[in-house]
Amino acid sequence: MALTTVRPEGMGFNTGRRNLVINGAMQVAQRGDVTGKTGDNTYGGPDHFSLRIGSIGTWSISQSSTAPDGFANSYKIDCTTADASPAAGDRLMFTYRFEGQDVQQLQYGTSSAKSVTLSFYVRSNKTGTYVVDLFNHDPSTDRHCAKTYTISSANTWEYKTITFAGDTSQGFDDDNGRSLDINWFLGAGTDFTSGTLATSFADLVNANRAAGLSVNLADSTDNEWLITGIQLEVGENASDFEHRSFGEELAACQRYYEKGMPQATLPANNNGYNGVIYTNVQSGYGTWHTYQFSVPKRATPTMTLFNPSSGTANKAVDVASPSVVFTTSILYGTEYGFLSAIYGGSSDSTGIKVGFSWQAEAEL
Amino acid sequence: MIEIAISNAKYLADDNGQNIAIEFQSEGETKTVMLNATGNRHYDEIQRQVAAGTLTIEDAD
Repeated sequence: MALTTVRPEGMGFNTGRRNLVINGAMQVAQRGDVTGKTGDNTYGGPDHFSLRIGSIGTWSISQSSTAPDGFANSYKIDCTTADASPAAGDRLMFTYRFEGQDVQQLQYGTSSAKSVTLSFYVRSNKTGTYVVDLFNHDPSTDRHCAKTYTISSANTWEYKTITFAGDTSQGFDDDNGRSLDINWFLGAGTDFTSGTLATSFADLVNANRAAGLSVNLADSTDNEWLITGIQLEVGENASDFEHRSFGEELAACQRYYEKGMPQATLPANNNGYNGVIYTNVQSGYGTWHTYQFSVPKRATPTMTLFNPSSGTANKAVDVASPSVVFTTSILYGTEYGFLSAIYGGSSDSTGIKVGFSWQAEAEL
Repeated sequence: MIEIAISNAKYLADDNGQNIAIEFQSEGETKTVMLNATGNRHYDEIQRQVAAGTLTIEDAD
């Protein structure tokens, strides 16, 4: 007869929903792959992660099928224009951001602040010492705590676990704002490397953010860096990665980004009619159209309206005659949906069917 | 400070001429954000750049 031991509640055995990170297995990539990127907070490839490119090279970002055993996808960056000598203030970071209301359980700002353990799989052709930090952005003073990890073998998946003690000095606002970031430093100038690494939480000193970073991933167009299986959990030990269904992760990501077209269709102008909103106009008046998001957004989102049949933005087109275009704009928007106005058609007869597509973004 | 690149910002008005949103260019796309969308990263960045004098929002058409 088999015996089963059941731990009483309160024995420190944390089952279910251990991973605070969404899309850590890089399953959801609604924006598709992007190229030629140089800006800060650049999104593309897997959802809800951003590449923060501070004047340090040009990059492609993709959802890669190169992944360690047990995973199907990774987040991959490729350097397409090198910067072998970054200026003092330059830096390259891969970033994940939490809302304050999602990290209250860490009890930051109290004497009971909890340790967290970050685990992930990483791979690069570029071996050396890297830095990853937790950045406490909320509510008044930026604070940080950093650790190093090493990629020892080129082009080989390596599993890393890093534990951070909690921040007893500053907690998080219990709201939908940016509060805690995880930043993987991939290159940095001396403004970020010239001090002593802050290995416990301290008020922000940029020079102490990435001290010890021995790698500049931007120094060659041969360079690439891949990551997956990202998990942040309460406690001082890493547990097995908590896999979730695609549907769960998609819904979680849609709190921050949603698009009107099918997952396989990239959000862009002139990308066809699959998934567009159709409506009818009235001659001389156009029409208004309301749309409710699948998932309420974190905040009132930034909207982009796409023209399905040409490269000119903010246009709906006559489905039967795409050369007939209508100006389309957002009249009202909240975290729950939007109201669009379609008007000024070059040939607007009552009953014309017009279509356009959209994306909504409320990243942190 | 590194910032989100924003250009060609312009107010959008409703039928009564009341400003309701800001249309702008960023990352190669024409985007729209409602007024008073505090907490939206684009809205917050527009306000920061306007306050810094590096961005001007044109009147609505």
